Amino acid sequence: MTLPRHEFTKSWEWKSRIDAGDISAKAVVEEYLGRIEKDSTNSFISVNADAALKAAEIYDPAIGKAKPLAGTPVALKDALITKGLKTTAGSKILENYIPPYNGTVVTKVDDGGLINLGKLNMDEFAMGSSGESSAFGRTKLPQDESRVPGGSSSGPAAAVAGNLSPISLGTDTGGSIRQPASFCGVVGMKPTYGRVSRYGVVAFASSLDQVGPFALDSMDCALAMETISGFDEMDSTSAQMRVPAYGDAVQFLREDAARREKFSKSLRIGIPKQYFKEGLDAEVRTSVETSVELLKFNGASVVEIDLPHSEYALAVYCVVAVSEASANLARYDGVRFGLREMPAEEKTSLDQMYEASRGVGFGEEVKRRILLGTFALSSGYYDAYFKKACQVRALVVQGFHKAFKHCDVILGPTTPTPSFVSGGKKDPLQMYLNDIYTVPVNLAGLPALSMPCGETKSGLPIGLQVVGPAFSEQVLLETCASLEFLLDKKG
Amino acid sequence: MNYQPPVYNGFETVIGLEVHAQLSTNSKLFSSSPNSYGDAPNRNINPVCTAQPGTLPVLNRKAVEFAVKAALATNCVVNPVSVFSRKNYFYPDLPKGYQISQFDLPIAEHGKLEIEFEDQDGKPATKEVGITRIHMEEDAGKSAHMAGYSLVDLNRAGTPLIEIVSEPDFRSPFEAVAYLKKLHSILQYAEVCDGNMQEGNFRCDANISVRPIGQKELGTRAEIKNVNSFRFVEKAIEYEIYRQIGVLQGGGTVVQETRLYDSAKNITNSMRSKEDAMDYRYFSEPDLPPLRLDPEWIQELSKALPERADDKAKRFVAELGIPEYDAKVITGDKTLASFYEEAVQYSENSPKLVSNWVMGDILRKLKETESEIADSPIKAADLGGLVVLINGGKISSKIAKTVFEDMWDTGKSPSVIVEEKGLTQVFDEGTIHKVVEAVIEANPKQAEEYRGGKEKLLGFFVGQVMKEMKGKGNPELINKLIKEVLKS
Repeated sequence: MTLPRHEFTKSWEWKSRIDAGDISAKAVVEEYLGRIEKDSTNSFISVNADAALKAAEIYDPAIGKAKPLAGTPVALKDALITKGLKTTAGSKILENYIPPYNGTVVTKVDDGGLINLGKLNMDEFAMGSSGESSAFGRTKLPQDESRVPGGSSSGPAAAVAGNLSPISLGTDTGGSIRQPASFCGVVGMKPTYGRVSRYGVVAFASSLDQVGPFALDSMDCALAMETISGFDEMDSTSAQMRVPAYGDAVQFLREDAARREKFSKSLRIGIPKQYFKEGLDAEVRTSVETSVELLKFNGASVVEIDLPHSEYALAVYCVVAVSEASANLARYDGVRFGLREMPAEEKTSLDQMYEASRGVGFGEEVKRRILLGTFALSSGYYDAYFKKACQVRALVVQGFHKAFKHCDVILGPTTPTPSFVSGGKKDPLQMYLNDIYTVPVNLAGLPALSMPCGETKSGLPIGLQVVGPAFSEQVLLETCASLEFLLDKKG
Repeated sequence: MNYQPPVYNGFETVIGLEVHAQLSTNSKLFSSSPNSYGDAPNRNINPVCTAQPGTLPVLNRKAVEFAVKAALATNCVVNPVSVFSRKNYFYPDLPKGYQISQFDLPIAEHGKLEIEFEDQDGKPATKEVGITRIHMEEDAGKSAHMAGYSLVDLNRAGTPLIEIVSEPDFRSPFEAVAYLKKLHSILQYAEVCDGNMQEGNFRCDANISVRPIGQKELGTRAEIKNVNSFRFVEKAIEYEIYRQIGVLQGGGTVVQETRLYDSAKNITNSMRSKEDAMDYRYFSEPDLPPLRLDPEWIQELSKALPERADDKAKRFVAELGIPEYDAKVITGDKTLASFYEEAVQYSENSPKLVSNWVMGDILRKLKETESEIADSPIKAADLGGLVVLINGGKISSKIAKTVFEDMWDTGKSPSVIVEEKGLTQVFDEGTIHKVVEAVIEANPKQAEEYRGGKEKLLGFFVGQVMKEMKGKGNPELINKLIKEVLKS
């Protein structure tokens, strides 16, 4: 069931081989395009073959050398707006939508010299935790195609795990990067809210959405973070903060045992007691605890911490996310772009056109959330739902703030269980429970990553979540690099 | 000044006004698209104002500056923190499906204005009225409904607006209009709104209710939407007052609803009732952080605020010595005031004479041609020049009237017209003397009567001489010479 590890080549490895002249950028792109062609996981919605080959052909190592990932391939979640390249957000309503502009992240990827292989499958409008709600068919877990790769960034996770692209970019609103990274056994990072521009990201919940990378290891993740991060004047919520050299930080730890030791010894790990209660799979629990023990054995201090409002986080998330979504998805009305459906009647009113277009264009889960959000914001219910959710959200933020007085990072499981069988979660509430450990992080706008920390007996990957204070991405990547080293040595 | 508001068949009316004023910034409120009127449809648009997926709003700093200036000019308190909210509703000319507006925390509150007006008996009266709040929002696009289909133009979508909400302080249509005119002038003076009502720069909604005299609680109100001329506001309110009184006196109840004014029939019609009223589901805009304003910046804007109309009028009275009434009329319109000031500069220090021309002939011409001072074919400098010609005795006041008409028609300068038409005044005694003798000779009967003591006839002779000389003779010389010749 497990994919042969040796076939995987990381972006930083490709980079050194390409720039050394051992292999051409075009050959690398051809290699991946060949694999994509044979893909059975349905990871891609659109393959950008011609443009990718062209870009690879003109790649000049002499110029690209200075940029850490120039000349290597990437693939993008179909929620990232690409000029002239179909962007569907996994929805029928945008089935034929070709954007007139590039999102900021896409521009940064271009400027960084990365080569876009194509657009990746996802739950419709990023609403889902299994990759099953896409209008273009479900994404399959590469390790076991009867199972789900998680979601909503199902394609980005499955593409990296399935060796269809060395890195990819996804979005995370309540766990949509970390949960599929965990299911697929790859590294996935959700940056601090404001670290990466949201301009050109199809919005689900504006106060929670953030773009982040999927990668095979901490090094690639760090380099991708360096490429996409930074202030953007087109996004009023983006932060005017310097972007650290994440790649260098990871490199130093990898190359230098003394630095590794120093890092481990100074690391204070917080373990939230609320994250190890009922509902947590025993194998997941064991793997996560083993990882914590490994770090502890190497000098890290471990404290139990209290996140008292975590039990409300999922409810708060549900209200906030659907409310914002109900407004964000109002623009899909059949007027200016996207699907327009006209009912059969001879005389069609405006409302009928709206109803038909949105009725046909949106899938069941999207409709459910628009309805819930519209309800939560309605006069007479606003105070009980949206307003109350915002108040409790502030308590969740406070809880993290207090916890980080006692620790540098919070460690725990990314998800309560490993990947499940497709079609196995019919009840939406059961599906939402997948995100129980990840949503509090979005509510507080904090950075977090999920990294593989083991496998179940049946070979399914298990993910460990590392959460840090705002703009502590470097510490998270260093923690990830340290643990990768220790797990490698152990395994 | 003991103003008593009017009573309408035993009722009084309570009116509150909401004004939408477009801010005259170069670009839109949340995007870099041009904010300009009259271009071909859907030219001034970009991914942000067409609400392409993934686009985000970025607040226009200039629009905030203009809103703060408007707030300061209307004596509002500017809030150090204000919040943008989404107002959700579906319409094809609202690209995002929500309008970004302000709801809980507007940019400014608690303003007031002193209004001046003539009461129902034509007596001058003044009153202080409150401004509840000013908030910022974006305008929608425009829809045109054709047979079987509709067209949408998004050029206007995203244009910055301020909504200025008054307290329900008005008790008559004329108070409401006085307030609107005052507000219009203030926004123009603050240089934040062009105030062109035809282009929809300045639009008004009126909330009107009536109650029997003596009743404390307010009556049920109706809202009249989007009236875009002062005259129509007055007429619409007046109609609505009597309509509501009619309903109540007929034993009915006033329904809370939105009504539209039909200017052709001078009536208001129901547009939608409260039951159909939309639930806008306001919530704070997650794409924009709260707007925080530096108190020092507000202070700077306050200091740099252009002169207000009232101050300008006072200055005109004090420095230029024109009557208070003239000063008020001239400063009522900022462009007119600038025109006047410029004309004075070219008049060789004759502010009063220039004021007479502006108050009289210029305003008459504007009214006749239904045009604005900005469109005047006569340049301010040329009006000043005309006054110089009169003062210097080059032309008589009478000739000046014809020169003025020519100036209006041709746009030429007065000296050119005087030159071309040979209108320069005649000062030569010999020339005038000849005409005087001829006129007296031709009117022996009148000459006899004059000599017999009927000195009123002097005017008759002056008129005849002037007529003969086509108005060019110097009036003083004519007077003098007639008297001399008739005595001899």
